[in-house]
Amino acid sequence: MDEVLRVENLKTYFTAHDGVVKAVDDVSFSVHPGEVLGLVGESGSGKSMTCRSIMRVVPPAGRIVGGHIYYGGEDILTWPDSRLKAFRGSEVSMILQEPMTALNPVLSVGEQIVETIVEHESIARTDALERAIELLRLVGIPGPERRVKEYPHEFSGGMRQRAMIAIALACRPQILLADEPTTALDVTIQDQIIRLVQSLQAELGMGVVWVTHDLGVVAQICDRVAVMYAGQIMESADVIELFENSRHPYTHGLMESIPRTGSRQGQLIPIPGQPPNLLNLPPGCPFAPRCRYATEECQAQRVSLREVSPGHLSACIRFEEIWD
Amino acid sequence: MATITQTQKRVGIARPDLQGLVRLSRRNPALIIGIVMVTLIFLLAIFGPALAPYDPIETNYSAALQPPNADHWLGTDKFGRDIFSRILYATRVNLKIGVICVTFPFMFGVIAGCISGYYGGLVDTLLMRLVDISVAFPFYVLVISILAILGPGVRNMYIALSIVGWIAYAKLVRGEVLIAKNLEYVLAAKALGYSDLRIMASHLLPNIINSAIVFAMSDVVLCILAGSSLGFLGLGVQAPTPEWGVMIADGREYITSAPWLSFFPGLAIAIVGVSFSLLGDGLSSFLRPTDR
Repeated sequence: MDEVLRVENLKTYFTAHDGVVKAVDDVSFSVHPGEVLGLVGESGSGKSMTCRSIMRVVPPAGRIVGGHIYYGGEDILTWPDSRLKAFRGSEVSMILQEPMTALNPVLSVGEQIVETIVEHESIARTDALERAIELLRLVGIPGPERRVKEYPHEFSGGMRQRAMIAIALACRPQILLADEPTTALDVTIQDQIIRLVQSLQAELGMGVVWVTHDLGVVAQICDRVAVMYAGQIMESADVIELFENSRHPYTHGLMESIPRTGSRQGQLIPIPGQPPNLLNLPPGCPFAPRCRYATEECQAQRVSLREVSPGHLSACIRFEEIWD
Repeated sequence: MATITQTQKRVGIARPDLQGLVRLSRRNPALIIGIVMVTLIFLLAIFGPALAPYDPIETNYSAALQPPNADHWLGTDKFGRDIFSRILYATRVNLKIGVICVTFPFMFGVIAGCISGYYGGLVDTLLMRLVDISVAFPFYVLVISILAILGPGVRNMYIALSIVGWIAYAKLVRGEVLIAKNLEYVLAAKALGYSDLRIMASHLLPNIINSAIVFAMSDVVLCILAGSSLGFLGLGVQAPTPEWGVMIADGREYITSAPWLSFFPGLAIAIVGVSFSLLGDGLSSFLRPTDR
């Protein structure tokens, strides 16, 4: 019970006019202090919605219909709004994908950090400004005394993402939800941001949930990984175990479709087909229609995570047959 | 000191140095011209009566219907009243209509639109049905019906124009809020645990207020025109108080023989209209942070 965050059977559904979209369907995982959990999957696999459910900032059409989210032994889902507001930003923070739009264009970067601090702590604005400058220095923005007065449009993409991280860390959260924070950035900046979060995480000892579709990033930063598909977790394991010993055809498919420079592996092997229509999921394993190992049983029977080895779970009902 | 600079930064006013002013006027001439003209108009409204060479109400039949000349720069009307003096006096009357009938609807409409757009749900539905009902009536029909209930007069005209006027702001702001509230920075603000009030006041409003301010500038002109029309109908400003609309209406019998009766008050309305529009245009680009 030393984890900072435990998600149990979380279900977040969207009501569309022609049915119910199960964006997050029975997802469970936990995050320990000082650990980076990777949430991996294609677009629309429910990674972001999982994060937003943890913050309880699901868009109006969506609703958390089941499950529990435990933070410090308490279920967030039972909390009133007032408790949530104190929780968001101070105990759990989120970094969003698009640094270009995630900052308010009409407030200076410093003001945005100050606002966050004064919202959560009783502190004078001038002291909060001092801390804002300190935070900008911490995230590696040169000349923070000057840049604190600048507006987001005066920052480059990488600098904005650093500023976002500074805002997210303003109140020293226990958990950082990083929703594809490097996707919109080019590769060199991406690497800098990853290293930055790693060093900050080591310093502050927070738990991180890192959402990404990039297995390369996962390999670099994560301690554990959960692979999501169609709103469900397909496989979860330690990062090394997952890369060396994956027990799910979808994870294998993802790895085979990573381009590798310098190797002569020939053509990429894409996963055939399209991600399923979330309005009309197959009754069995959601990946079955695209899976080369699928049998009739896979199509019919609802899958659940089973232990492969301690700490390694797979939702494939045939993993023993396929790999052993 | 720190607070002063912060406030200045927040509203985007650069410290008053000449160089910055020159640069601003080159980049945004509309703003500078608009500010200068609107300031002049306000000064005229304040000091106009002192500058007026004649009494605006006193009649002088021996000088009736004179074309513009050295004594009466803009001519006289059928009662021999000096048009120039009457226009000067009317500036105060008309500007007051414009300012009052914009300020209150602006404040109320912006707040209502913001709440309606941000919270949605029942509040939004009720407010927007109210808006639909009032939009279904032509502007003047609604204003005149309200005036018919309240009775004619300047104060009731302010009330009637305000009751109808806030709707446009509410609609405008609500639309902008609906777009803005789904932007990432609002989500980010929510995820940072900001209160609804703070999100609305410091994140949504500064981003959407521009269009309302720009609209307000043109609304000033609309309200002045509406005030004039109501004056003409005898529902607003009552004769003999000088008012541009009333003056135009008075001159229509003489439009071919003495066109200056209507022309100069019309010109005054046009100048005020252009001034506020320039100010509105200038403000709209000035208020965008990327253009600062």
